[in-house]
Amino acid sequence: MNRPLDDHILDIRDLKMYFPVYRGLLRKKVADVKAVDGVTFKLMKGETLGLVGESGCGKTTVGRCILRLYQPTDGQIFFEGEDILHIAEQTVREIRRKIALIFQDPYSSLDPRQSAGSIVGEPLKIHQVVNSQSEYTDRVEELFRLVGLDPSMKDRFPHEFSGGQRQRIGVARALACEPSLIICDEPVSALDVSIQAQVINLLGELQEGLKGLSYLFIAHDLSVVRHISDRVAVMYLGRVVEITDSQTLYKNPLHPYTRALLSAVPIADPFIEETRERIILKGEVPSPLNPPPGCSFHPRCFQAIGECSKAIPPLRHIGEGHEVACIRV
Amino acid sequence: MSTLLEVKNLATQFNTEGGVVKAVDGISYHLDEQEIIGLVGESGCGKSVSQLSVMQLISSPGRIVGGEIIFEGQNLLQFEANGPEMRSIRGAKIAMIFQEPMTSLNPVLTIGRQLTETLELHLGMSQEASRERAIELLRLVGIPSAEERLEDYPHHFSGGMRQRVMIAMGLSCNPKILIADEPTTALDVTTQAQLLEMMKDMVEQFRASLVIVTHNLGVVARYAQRIYIMYAGRIVEAGTTKDIFAKPLHPYTIGLLKCIPRLDEEEGRKLVPIDGLPPNLINMPSTCAFVPRCAYKSERCLQEPWPPLRHMGNQHYVGCFSND
Repeated sequence: MNRPLDDHILDIRDLKMYFPVYRGLLRKKVADVKAVDGVTFKLMKGETLGLVGESGCGKTTVGRCILRLYQPTDGQIFFEGEDILHIAEQTVREIRRKIALIFQDPYSSLDPRQSAGSIVGEPLKIHQVVNSQSEYTDRVEELFRLVGLDPSMKDRFPHEFSGGQRQRIGVARALACEPSLIICDEPVSALDVSIQAQVINLLGELQEGLKGLSYLFIAHDLSVVRHISDRVAVMYLGRVVEITDSQTLYKNPLHPYTRALLSAVPIADPFIEETRERIILKGEVPSPLNPPPGCSFHPRCFQAIGECSKAIPPLRHIGEGHEVACIRV
Repeated sequence: MSTLLEVKNLATQFNTEGGVVKAVDGISYHLDEQEIIGLVGESGCGKSVSQLSVMQLISSPGRIVGGEIIFEGQNLLQFEANGPEMRSIRGAKIAMIFQEPMTSLNPVLTIGRQLTETLELHLGMSQEASRERAIELLRLVGIPSAEERLEDYPHHFSGGMRQRVMIAMGLSCNPKILIADEPTTALDVTTQAQLLEMMKDMVEQFRASLVIVTHNLGVVARYAQRIYIMYAGRIVEAGTTKDIFAKPLHPYTIGLLKCIPRLDEEEGRKLVPIDGLPPNLINMPSTCAFVPRCAYKSERCLQEPWPPLRHMGNQHYVGCFSND
């Protein structure tokens, strides 16, 4: 087994997460929902990797596997060079200190009965990273300032904050234990457009300020993902179908699904929209309980040929850092 | 094209314990025949309430306090909200599609019944005729094996399929106006594209006009011919889509365009967020509501009441002193 390189903070190899489906009186296992079915990617130190796809494609499940909130069915996850799927239960907590999570909904992810200060400070207590009460207070206030909140607001409760401010509290909580990786699961999709930009910029500034901080940015909004990510992985039904840097993603998308996804996002410019190619896909995303044979995209694909239903196409190296899982490319 | 709907100085308020919320504060707009317009703004700007007011679907503590809604030569506001005149217009001549396809369909009625009910009620169709028409409508909006699916309940359908049913219901009585309130926001990206494209085709086919209510500037850039930008219950800028995007005049519109990530942006583009927060609509001052967040504000903005829309050439209107 080859060990991952030092500059890779995260190295995921052939990750699989199947959820069993039980039916009947005896709760017999009848099938698996293959939420994640062979995902491989790497994340460098200080890099932002975007994970995009539509609901049910497995992007959130990948994030949860990394945090060991799920025990993956198969595959390997190396975090800072260490295989975190085969470590003792006690060490899992240590991993969760270094990998933080920012949630989508700033309304339901903050305890309404806990003050903002204690929400932000809770990880410090759980992971025992501070030694005294004064150190705790200092750190909480420092975190408030870091995310652009006034430390004097730390005794207020979540309902006293706006959506954008709540998300800042969520970011401060994630930063509490100085993580090296933050998994951002749709962090701005619940926010209004004028507030989205504030949070996106905050995440960018934090990464510049805290050298070596990496993000795994999970979202469905391609324009947001492209803006914030260095590289983007596009997922469809539990698999990565294309992975490349965010410039190439827009300028030279190769997988038919990526092309359809890009063309489905309208650009706020009527002059560009007039002449843009529009690929309208037929049908809907099939159920991961019973995915189509071969390439799972082939029933909706506008370039599919007979071969496509025969075998699952592997990710192939196409160019510098550009991998595509399609036999027609 | 002649004007189909003209709204003048429409005002809708909600009396709450905290004070009066001026959700819609004197907006005027018009919609031509076979036109697609976009009503754009962030949550709480009054875009949905303005459309519910047109349908007279405002319930207590909300109240339409002023204005005129001229449709086919009549002021709709002279009619009782539950009177026969409004009932014959609502759902028939002016139809609305809501954001949440899950909650806007009745979970205990079959799709078929929900479709035929409108047809029987508004068009006086017989049971057989309305059934035939329902099947035809479901086919039109792209629902496979429509005949069997009539007997299904809403929970048998996916989100995208439910919204297709909603569109079929909206179009069932050949409306003159279809109002789509964030019609695709809750759906996946590729489904959004499918539905918007289908809705545009349908509106063309039925020779109807479409009002798209959205926060998504991309959607209006793609589909709308004209746009109204709303902020804090008021229309702050109006114009053809091309004018608004090519030369936005109101600081809020300019701010919106600078703060959204664009799919086609070059590497290293910085987003310029709009400082501050949208205002609390309770007991709003009479000055321009955008002043606290505005980068172009002057003394005048703090002293004079908010500026009415002024004509800036072509069909472009803006309510801001900075363009004097």
